[in-house]
Amino acid sequence: MTDKSANADLPDGNQYPPLKFHVPEPAVRPGGQPDFSNVPIPKAGSVRRPEVDERAETLRDLAFSIIRVLNRSGEAVGPWAGTLTDEELLEGLKDMMTLRAFDARMQMAQRQGKTSFYMQHMGEEAASCAFRKALLPGDMNFPTYRQAGLLIAGGYPMVDMMNQIYSNEADPLKGRQMPIMYSARDHGFFSISGNLGTQFVQSVGWAMASAIKGDDKIAAGWIGDGSTAESDFHAALVFASTYRAPVILNIVNNQWAISTFQGIARGGAGTFAARGLGFGIPALRVDGNDYLAVHAVAKWAAERARRNLGPTLIEYVTYRVGAHSTSDDPSAYRPKTESEAWPLGDPVIRLKNHLIARGVWSEERHKQSEAEVLDAVISAQKQAEKHGTLHSGGKPSARDMFEGVYAEMPPHLRRQRQKAGI
Amino acid sequence: MIEAVRSAMDVSMERDGDVVVFGEDVGYFGGVFRATQGLQQKYGTHRCFDAPISESGIVGAAIGMAAYGLKPCIEVQFADYVYPAFDQIVSEAARIRYRSNGQFTAPIVIRMPSGGGIFGGQTHSQSPEALFTHVSGLKVVIPSNPYDAKGLLISSIEDPDPVIFFEPKRLYNGPFDGHHDRPITPWSKHELGDVPEGHFTVPLGKAVVRREGSALTVLAYGTMVYVAQAAAEDTGIDAEVIDLRSLVPLDLETITTSVKKTGRCIIVHEATLTSGFGAELAALVQEQCFYHLEAPIARVTGWDTPYPHAQEWDYFPGPARVGQAMIEALEEQP
Repeated sequence: MTDKSANADLPDGNQYPPLKFHVPEPAVRPGGQPDFSNVPIPKAGSVRRPEVDERAETLRDLAFSIIRVLNRSGEAVGPWAGTLTDEELLEGLKDMMTLRAFDARMQMAQRQGKTSFYMQHMGEEAASCAFRKALLPGDMNFPTYRQAGLLIAGGYPMVDMMNQIYSNEADPLKGRQMPIMYSARDHGFFSISGNLGTQFVQSVGWAMASAIKGDDKIAAGWIGDGSTAESDFHAALVFASTYRAPVILNIVNNQWAISTFQGIARGGAGTFAARGLGFGIPALRVDGNDYLAVHAVAKWAAERARRNLGPTLIEYVTYRVGAHSTSDDPSAYRPKTESEAWPLGDPVIRLKNHLIARGVWSEERHKQSEAEVLDAVISAQKQAEKHGTLHSGGKPSARDMFEGVYAEMPPHLRRQRQKAGI
Repeated sequence: MIEAVRSAMDVSMERDGDVVVFGEDVGYFGGVFRATQGLQQKYGTHRCFDAPISESGIVGAAIGMAAYGLKPCIEVQFADYVYPAFDQIVSEAARIRYRSNGQFTAPIVIRMPSGGGIFGGQTHSQSPEALFTHVSGLKVVIPSNPYDAKGLLISSIEDPDPVIFFEPKRLYNGPFDGHHDRPITPWSKHELGDVPEGHFTVPLGKAVVRREGSALTVLAYGTMVYVAQAAAEDTGIDAEVIDLRSLVPLDLETITTSVKKTGRCIIVHEATLTSGFGAELAALVQEQCFYHLEAPIARVTGWDTPYPHAQEWDYFPGPARVGQAMIEALEEQP
């Protein structure tokens, strides 16, 4: 290969070296030593809390920092602290513990062949559980497949979640959907789709509709770091910005999109939150493993939306501790101990320590609570399994397969159902 | 036909406060084909408004609005530009009712000018209906005249399911039979150009016989209805011409009644041949009318090429090609 820089005087006139193709790589691969020392983590309480009507241009700093409330000693500090009472925090802890126990049981149920598939939330419990508490009845979430905390924290029956996971005779979705693609309209939880990013722009449309009708409800869109690369992410931001839709646009940055590290989707952008700035949307980054910070930021964004001040983009900085799904083995692409090195720790332990520091919780009560939570999950599981699991017991009827494609079954589907003999 | 389309939206917006209309250039300007002219002035910017140039955004937002409870009637400027929204239409709008067991529905209408015959070249002439008839959960409608355009559009807006509504832009200002060398007649001189003022509907899933005949059956929709009628007149063949009007749901009964009577069937569409909707029609006729058929089912369609510009009339399946197929179908002996 010729060094063209040395050939500046040649007739072709190109004085530059050959172009090089850039493909971002994570800092560490399997076998390497996990190292997050290059991830700047601001001190808890150090990021300012602006007024909700502050303009996006002057909020620029918040898209490049991380809002945190809980410090290393488990104290709630700074301007974002104080949005929740002790009782609410205890409830939040229980929600996260329940989601974690639910995940563990369903993960096991998948291994036992009771369902075909599961995806857990390990490490990301705070984002959906705390966010849910900042909403009001009637608001609508447009979740991805990794926000079951919205259901748990919203009081949706675990039995119904499990019935869906088992595709049994009591499955609210009649066995039509893969496990965990829940839908719970009455609980403000939009039908989950397997197609990534689609719901992000739908949440904006829902919020536009609320504004068109002069309603007081707001919407929340959810997306992962990887899916921000989908074109619907950009469409959502354009529409939210153009129509000042009352929507909270949530990006859960758990560092990984299956095997792909977040740099592949983020490219040269400093942060995912920074993408909001180009659309004139106030953008905040928050410690996704800090229940108090998540709630405070969600509440701030919800107030903006309710006061008709427009959309807010929130990036939750967290880490996907578990495998992507029951079909994934992360040891093939990242160090096994990477989650232990994650500097923002574990959301359950951090909230537990905070409550102990406040004197309203203890190790003993936590252990006892763990047992109670597990009992509740197991009891729900037993109840669900009475209605069957994927390969045994009660099943949705084969006739249900033909229902609900249209409001009324058209003649061609009736013919097909007859042909199927059901 | 433009006025009929506009009137359908006007009537629907008047009757139902949940009907909203938006798309590119749809608001203040009233649409590049004037289909939404005056609606923003009459109903305000919250009922009829301009959208960013983002088809997936337009359809995706409409789905969210429908989940809230509105009934969006949205426009994609040309059917040729629907592809960025394909994911939202196929993966979302078509399936939301099914996958949520009816908790959420998508009662939206996606209006799209379609079809050729206007020197629109590759990206202003396409007829992508087969891409949507293949998707369970969608309804697909194509009117051929102002009366149907209004009645079918009102039905589509009132329908609880997502409807893909193709408007053959060649028919916007008058019927067109493919005789491009002859003067164009406006809708005012056509009986189906007479459209009632107020609310009326034309049901989805019902075809109509446009020309009764006994020699053979022609299945057509959109512009091809007039081409087929012209071919019958030009050849003197007593063809029965059926205007399907809606492809999903399909009026199979009207089709089979006719083919069982005539024993011969020709399918005509502008869209390309391979895997076009004609293939589905041919299969259905073969299944339902096999013992009545006296000739192979013939298809006269656009060629399997992108829609060309200079070769417009070599591509467009005009009355000569349709007439030739009629003659050949009659020459076949069982």
